[in-house]
Amino acid sequence: MKLGLSDEERMVQETAREFADSEIAPVAANNDAEGRFPADIVKKLAELGFMGMLIPEKYGGAGLGNFCLVLALEEINRVCASTGVTMSVHNSLATSPIIKFGSDYLKETYLPKLATSEMLGAYALSEAEAGSDAASLKCRAVKDGDEYVVNGTKLWVTTGAHADLFIVMLRTDTEKRSKGISAFVVERDTPGFKVGKKENKLGLRGSSTTELIFEDCRLPAKNLIGEEGIGFVIAMATLDGGRIGIGTQAVGIAQACLDASVAYAKEREQFGRKIGEFQAIQWKIADMATAIEASRLMVYRAARMRDMDVPHTKEAAMAKLFASEAANRAAREAVQIHGGAGYLKDFPVERYFRDARITELYEGTSEVQRIVISRSYLQA
Amino acid sequence: MKIGVLVKNVPDTETKIKLTSDGTGIETQGVKFVMNPFDEYAVEAALQFKEKIKDDATVTVVSLGPDRVVETLRTALAMGADDAVHVWDDAFEGGDMLTNARILAKVIEKIGFDLILGGKQGIDYDAMQTCAAVAEHLGIPQVQIVIALELSEDKTALVARRRIEGGDEVVDIKLPAVVTCEKGLNEPRYASLPGIMKAKKKEIKKIGLADLDGLTADDVGSMGSTTKIVGYESLAQRPSCRMLEGEPAQQAADLVRALREESKVI
Ligand SMILES: Cc1cc2nc3c(=O)[nH]c(=O)nc-3n(C[C@H](O)[C@H](O)[C@H](O)COP(=O)(O)OP(=O)(O)OC[C@H]3O[C@@H](n4cnc5c(N)ncnc54)[C@H](O)[C@@H]3O)c2cc1C
Repeated sequence: MKLGLSDEERMVQETAREFADSEIAPVAANNDAEGRFPADIVKKLAELGFMGMLIPEKYGGAGLGNFCLVLALEEINRVCASTGVTMSVHNSLATSPIIKFGSDYLKETYLPKLATSEMLGAYALSEAEAGSDAASLKCRAVKDGDEYVVNGTKLWVTTGAHADLFIVMLRTDTEKRSKGISAFVVERDTPGFKVGKKENKLGLRGSSTTELIFEDCRLPAKNLIGEEGIGFVIAMATLDGGRIGIGTQAVGIAQACLDASVAYAKEREQFGRKIGEFQAIQWKIADMATAIEASRLMVYRAARMRDMDVPHTKEAAMAKLFASEAANRAAREAVQIHGGAGYLKDFPVERYFRDARITELYEGTSEVQRIVISRSYLQA
Repeated sequence: MKIGVLVKNVPDTETKIKLTSDGTGIETQGVKFVMNPFDEYAVEAALQFKEKIKDDATVTVVSLGPDRVVETLRTALAMGADDAVHVWDDAFEGGDMLTNARILAKVIEKIGFDLILGGKQGIDYDAMQTCAAVAEHLGIPQVQIVIALELSEDKTALVARRRIEGGDEVVDIKLPAVVTCEKGLNEPRYASLPGIMKAKKKEIKKIGLADLDGLTADDVGSMGSTTKIVGYESLAQRPSCRMLEGEPAQQAADLVRALREESKVI
């Protein structure tokens, strides 16, 4: 495996790093405190090409692939996880199913608008009764001529309050389980569709998480992605990429925890010495740094495999599992190293601690990742 | 209109500088090099001229240095420059500012530019000599450290603004000329992802000693240099600072006593 970055990869990383430090970092704490969605930042990210990283150049995207996406996502998440998840969901979960499974019509209609973020994307799989057991989803689409009539409610949709395009998994066959699910593109202004209640969350407070409500909503049949019955396959293939994105989010948050901890340990004095001179603190730093390196290599490898188009379900799950748990340990230790100051909103680690928690939950809990990983050994 | 931009690749400002064992240079191993920040203003200024003029204006970035400068050239291409020239030859190793300026002037002569932009100084050696010497070698006008720059209607002259003590100085310059850029001139753009993809496909032209008429190995590199860095020394650690406490009158008394008895300066 190639470890060094090519010129092009290095430049993607540098642009993302500079943009993150100069444009996002100064407003991140405030956006979190006010629960403000970073619409202006998303627009600027789109102008630089960051919202169409996987979209081929002929549809107006950057055509760069998952490895470059990972390089950029780490930098953005390092300063703001709310912006990071918005970018990750848009690229990995909203554009990718259309790129991989969509008809020419869907590609031509939506990809150019997604690439410029004229349309912001979201992904709706989960329901109130269908979380880890996503294949049990009930939200129903019934074919009627060249339309589908949709009824039901989706839950937990990231960017729901601001998105213009939703990739929605719906039940088209009640006889079958996962094979009765189909994936659709839904535009925000479709009659009978509305965005419901916004959740009040522990972290990611700059990102909206909402309900989606369908009441006799009529979708054109041409909005079906692929064919009927492969919606769950599309959803899972999409999540393989999404999990790499969330693993990367975890790496970014953990790196921020490490950076803040190192700076604090060099500055704070107790017992007449810098706290970084105490071995207890040194070991925390060493463990954090080592876990971050391991996590980063795991997401790098999974992303490279996805770009090479080889099976990577297990590697994506492992990267997400390991990186998210490492990020939560890092966040815990970062607060510990800061002492009481770490518990205050005056220091960024308080936000990192809240934001880190989500990485073990969405796009499959850690338990679900372990199911996916062990299945590849026990059922092979 | 052909615009040339001289760009340099320098250690990132956050780098911890280590000296080489003989103390005459800095250790480049493991150091991260970036585009000299003042050169970013020069690249941005060139791109803004190009966008404004539209009719076949081209921006060519030129960098003298070992292979690592290619990174900086690629970054400039990704920002939107049209072509890049990498000037290097083993014989160029160890050249001082004047010698490097001699080489760059030859390169500029060979390509032919209407305007040459550069940063006001390299943040590595802080010599502020190269661009001035290039202009001297070429026998063309130069204006240094500009904070605003405008092209005349007929594109044969520039109006530059320089911040001086208590005000601004406004200078008219006939082209061709050399202009160096100061912070505040503009807001350098980020390299966009499509720009990065385009830069990847562009070829970087290489120019060595053999391509430059009238220069021999004796004129360039350490052989051609008339100055030589013989050493770097770090400053003595500043003594730690002591804060005086108490009422103002008490503090004043303590201060006078400390200055007289401890520092013995009064
Ligand atoms: C902020 C946020 C954003 C989200 N964004 C999106 C989005 O954009 N799109 C989307 O579709 N969804 C989204 N989700 C939903 C998220 O993916 C689900 O919350 C997650 O999959 C878990 O489902 P659940 O909450 O129903 O938990 P449950 O499935 O009810 O799980 C409860 C607990 O039981 C455990 N558990 C469940 N089944 C098993 C099992 N078989 N073996 C062992 N343990 C098990 C779980 O691991 C967990 O610990 C989001 C959630 C949040 C909080």
